[in-house]
Amino acid sequence: MLDSAPEPVGASGLILNEPPLWERGRKGRSAISVPNPGVPSSPMPADVAGDGPDWPDLSELEVVRHYTRLSSWNFGVDTGMYPLGSCTMKYNPKVHEAVAALPGFTRAHPLLPAEASQGALRLIYETERLLADIVGLREASLQPAAGAHGELCGMLMIAAYHRHHKTGKTKVLMPDTAHGTNPATAAMCGFSEIKVPLGPDGRIEPSAVAALLDDDVAAIMVTNPNTLGIFESNLPEISRMLHEKGALVYGDGANLNAVMGRVDMDKMGVDVIHYNLHKSMSTPHGGGGPGSGPVAVGERLIPYLPGPRVVKLDDGTFAWSEDLPLSIGRLHAFHGQFGIFLRAYAYILSLGKDLPQASGYAVLAANYVQEKLKGAYDLPFDGRCMHECVFTDAKQREFKVSTLDIAKRLIDLGYHPPTIYFPLVVNGAIMIEPTETESKEELDGFIAAMLRIAQEASGEPDVLHGAPTLTKVGRLDETAAARKPRLTGDMGQNA
Amino acid sequence: MKAFDELNIPGDLKYAKDHEWIASADPHRVGISDFAQDQLGDLTYVELPEVGADIAMGGEFGSLESIKSVSTLFLPVAGKVIAVNEALQDDPGLVNRDPYGDGWLVEIAPADAGGFSGLMDADTYLQHLKDNG
Repeated sequence: MLDSAPEPVGASGLILNEPPLWERGRKGRSAISVPNPGVPSSPMPADVAGDGPDWPDLSELEVVRHYTRLSSWNFGVDTGMYPLGSCTMKYNPKVHEAVAALPGFTRAHPLLPAEASQGALRLIYETERLLADIVGLREASLQPAAGAHGELCGMLMIAAYHRHHKTGKTKVLMPDTAHGTNPATAAMCGFSEIKVPLGPDGRIEPSAVAALLDDDVAAIMVTNPNTLGIFESNLPEISRMLHEKGALVYGDGANLNAVMGRVDMDKMGVDVIHYNLHKSMSTPHGGGGPGSGPVAVGERLIPYLPGPRVVKLDDGTFAWSEDLPLSIGRLHAFHGQFGIFLRAYAYILSLGKDLPQASGYAVLAANYVQEKLKGAYDLPFDGRCMHECVFTDAKQREFKVSTLDIAKRLIDLGYHPPTIYFPLVVNGAIMIEPTETESKEELDGFIAAMLRIAQEASGEPDVLHGAPTLTKVGRLDETAAARKPRLTGDMGQNA
Repeated sequence: MKAFDELNIPGDLKYAKDHEWIASADPHRVGISDFAQDQLGDLTYVELPEVGADIAMGGEFGSLESIKSVSTLFLPVAGKVIAVNEALQDDPGLVNRDPYGDGWLVEIAPADAGGFSGLMDADTYLQHLKDNG
């Protein structure tokens, strides 16, 4: 079984240490010598003169080496497989970066009049139409600047809808498998949270919703597929129950990568959904941004979309419309993360009618991994998964090997660890999202590494407890890092 | 992760299904069980209520942040908070090292002397752990 088990791929040869910049350099050193300007000097105004910050004095090469060395410590999708569940760490084709760097776009300014921004406005208009089409909803807005911002936008629209219709509803149903930010979003919009317990197969049961559904329920927030990677097949029935009570359905689109162009959210009863463009639509992410979290809505919520909106005039040109009396207003100083729209637009058009196939391959890859690993690892919810699968460390616990040990050992074997200890409803969760961009050989390599770790857990658990050993630093003391973080340095050494 | 036979479940305390313990005799201190601290892993932050807060049975009285997650604390019986363990602000690891001693969380004045009857004794709690994995 383990004939093809990989040897560790890490090497520690020329991974170089690098101190903070302020521990480098020498007083008076600089990158370039500024030539004599040949004109008389003029004194600085007194109110801005004085001692500046104590920056280190560095040569150009010191700075170049500093950042190049730091970058060599990094691991990204361009380095290797990064199966971080719930995060959709897939490869982003470089051609979309080239599109996003076109000077006509990068030099545009949001304060230019509409006549001088026709290309940018058309791009916003068409991307909104494409995104709405992908999920089967009516209209979209690109304003929200990240996934949680999209959630906030969607729930603000639901709150505005209930205010406008004077329903007085105050509660939001929240399944155990809701995405982590959902409860906070509901609270920020003034709703109280009612938990919906998980059904035995990892899905929401209509009966569990019925038991909690009363006249005070304003909405349910459903992530589909949910955070267990399971498709919420009862959603049409659940949506019908909510709509009959005058409540709405928020669809969290965090896991859109499983269902692009494959699911009609309108028919499933979803009133509003957000997208994480940075996940599915070709933006490098994981480094803290920028993200982009557009929303799409069905019939009921169109009047509440954020404004201003791009409209297409009869003569084919584009303009801003502020004639939106029920709109929740602006969510953003300007119009959203334009660079991400460009990548999404390029991604959607470059895949064209094959876009749903990307989701098909993402689901196939996750099911392949699930089938190959379910003998060696505990699978709490057996059955077809969507774009990600969730295992636990239950089979390894008797050897005192935990999810954390398994994750750390994967690093030695050349893979970024999966998401661990999430979702919280699964004890010791190991959440694997391989994505559609990994080849079968890569998937087989990852599977072989996981099988090797399962074998090591029973035979030589100390290898796992000590991992990783091939990295620049070994296992970090996460407790000390959280309890006593060192957030400052001593800049005196450069003086 | 500890096996069931390695867990320390003192016989003189009462337990809730959410893994809080409470002393049924005065002083009525409240904490989390050895099982709970083991599952959470090293704690990094403990959030506790104000002294004087009135909290319903099953009501939230704070949260525990570990390197894995943030968990809400639920009070096993209704009561008024009369003391909180200030030492945990500087050393949340006390909960991991000594969950029934120096790692106590709050001390309460129970609102109802009969409030302990719905809680589990040590044997029942251990069985509850075995039944629920």
